[in-house]
Amino acid sequence: MIEGLAALYIFMLAGFTGFEIISRVPVILHTPLMSGSNFVHGIVLVGAMFALGIAETPAEQVVGFIAVLLGAGNAVGGYVVTERMLEMFKPSDKKPGGEG
Amino acid sequence: MELLIQASYFAAAVLFILGLKQMSSPVTARRGIVWAGAGMLLATLVTFVAPEITGSSHANINLILIIIAIAIGGGYAWWSGKKVAMTDMPQMIAMYNGMGGGAAATIAAVELLKATDEVERGLASSIPDALGADVAILGILGAIIGTISFSGSIIAWAKLDGRLHRSKLLPAQHLVNAALALATVGFAISIYFATDLTPIIVFYLLALVLGIFITVPVGGADMPVIISLFNALTGLAVGFEGYVLGNAAMIIAGIVVGSAGSLLTHLMAVAMNRSVANVFFAGVGTDTGAAATGEQGEMKEIQAQDAGIMMSFASQVVIIPGYGMAVAQAQHKIWELTQLLIDRGVSVKFAIHPVAGRMPGHMNVLLAEAGVPYDLIYDMEDINADFKNTTVSLVIGANDVVNPSAKNDSSSPLYGMPILDAMNSDNVIVIKRGRGAGFSGVENPLFFADNTRMLFGDGQKAANELIQAVKEL
Repeated sequence: MIEGLAALYIFMLAGFTGFEIISRVPVILHTPLMSGSNFVHGIVLVGAMFALGIAETPAEQVVGFIAVLLGAGNAVGGYVVTERMLEMFKPSDKKPGGEG
Repeated sequence: MELLIQASYFAAAVLFILGLKQMSSPVTARRGIVWAGAGMLLATLVTFVAPEITGSSHANINLILIIIAIAIGGGYAWWSGKKVAMTDMPQMIAMYNGMGGGAAATIAAVELLKATDEVERGLASSIPDALGADVAILGILGAIIGTISFSGSIIAWAKLDGRLHRSKLLPAQHLVNAALALATVGFAISIYFATDLTPIIVFYLLALVLGIFITVPVGGADMPVIISLFNALTGLAVGFEGYVLGNAAMIIAGIVVGSAGSLLTHLMAVAMNRSVANVFFAGVGTDTGAAATGEQGEMKEIQAQDAGIMMSFASQVVIIPGYGMAVAQAQHKIWELTQLLIDRGVSVKFAIHPVAGRMPGHMNVLLAEAGVPYDLIYDMEDINADFKNTTVSLVIGANDVVNPSAKNDSSSPLYGMPILDAMNSDNVIVIKRGRGAGFSGVENPLFFADNTRMLFGDGQKAANELIQAVKEL
């Protein structure tokens, strides 16, 4: 377990990290980046797996099942759409001068 | 084993941060998502062998349930994510984001169920006694945020997907929302002292309704801000539930997204000259009265042939694409038209408003898909001074971003929003499906201006006719 004060430091440092990452992003990448960050919080899937994995009663299993279902949707969907978007950016990057 | 699992979570957290960092530059962006994806895969796989799960009393059945849930949820998301059109990307992001918020909220629900069970069996005196006060508070906080993000994102998805059109539910909606928010917080506090499930269930229902009520009045043009905000909120909720579960990877990934998303939300709101609070409490287009209508003259129509001639002999043409162009799938035709004009020696530029499309950068994605090179695309600040040297501004599927009342009509709901100064060019040609108002429901005086000609019709068809007209010369 991560206890109180140590967690507070993690919260703070992670907060600054997120701020730093996005403050240098060109506008053209905002949509893919939002999609990418949407994928990253798909890590909630891992938490959902724990919630369902340690469930004991049927009620906990039902709610945990929903958690994993939703978490998997977040992670997989977030990856697929981000990847598709960024793939399209590739050819344009190869010819920054533009071929007209 | 425990060490391997913790090391894997650590590696996943590093991969997420490096991945996001790489996603912030066009050159490395694609590598970034692959790295983050590798982190996710690693974290998910090692969780299957986590001793908490394999050692639990219902390990076998639970593991099977996990696999089934991942197969259904992941399978659906894979299928829907692969087939969605680029124009519909924003609402899909909203939907996946909502699922993440829902997952965070349901994780909290499982913890609360466990704690209530312990209280009922007399193993603990209260929920904070069972979970620990810090865990209980952050867990409930994550539950509120996650639930609102869930139902709100689903509404955002429904609105952008054209499944929900109403923006008014009740009279005095803001008062109702405020009362509802207070009630939700009240029940959240009562969970802290609860001994049975009733307040927990009421709390979740209230938070669900609150998310719906907050999002329904938000005007369509403000949707990107809302989606971005919900994205940040989901991140926050995930971070809080990460604390509940003692999972550092969840905390780091969640909070990084929470702060990055908050900043992105702020940047978007600034681009539209609206504060985030304004977005929630004003609702553009929901209560525009007769004030904006009626004062205009008449729209002057032009045929594609004449428009084509006008552009062919122009010295400079600026194309202002909006979401309507993407809906009509006209971007490829517009690029073809652009190439023809360039061959004739016309200088052609694309002007992109920061919120063109449904999200910042969405229009760039759509133009990139059509093959338009970057050096023809200009941001608002770079192009606005250039409109006075422009012979023809071609507005296709855009409306609010060229609405001059944002500059000179203080009664307009758009007042103060930075716009593309298309009205400063010698001529403006607007390709538009019909005579109605824009996405935000606000009338556009530019369409009635003396130097504006309207080319009515579907974007792709109009672009085709323009191509023919230019070719025939």
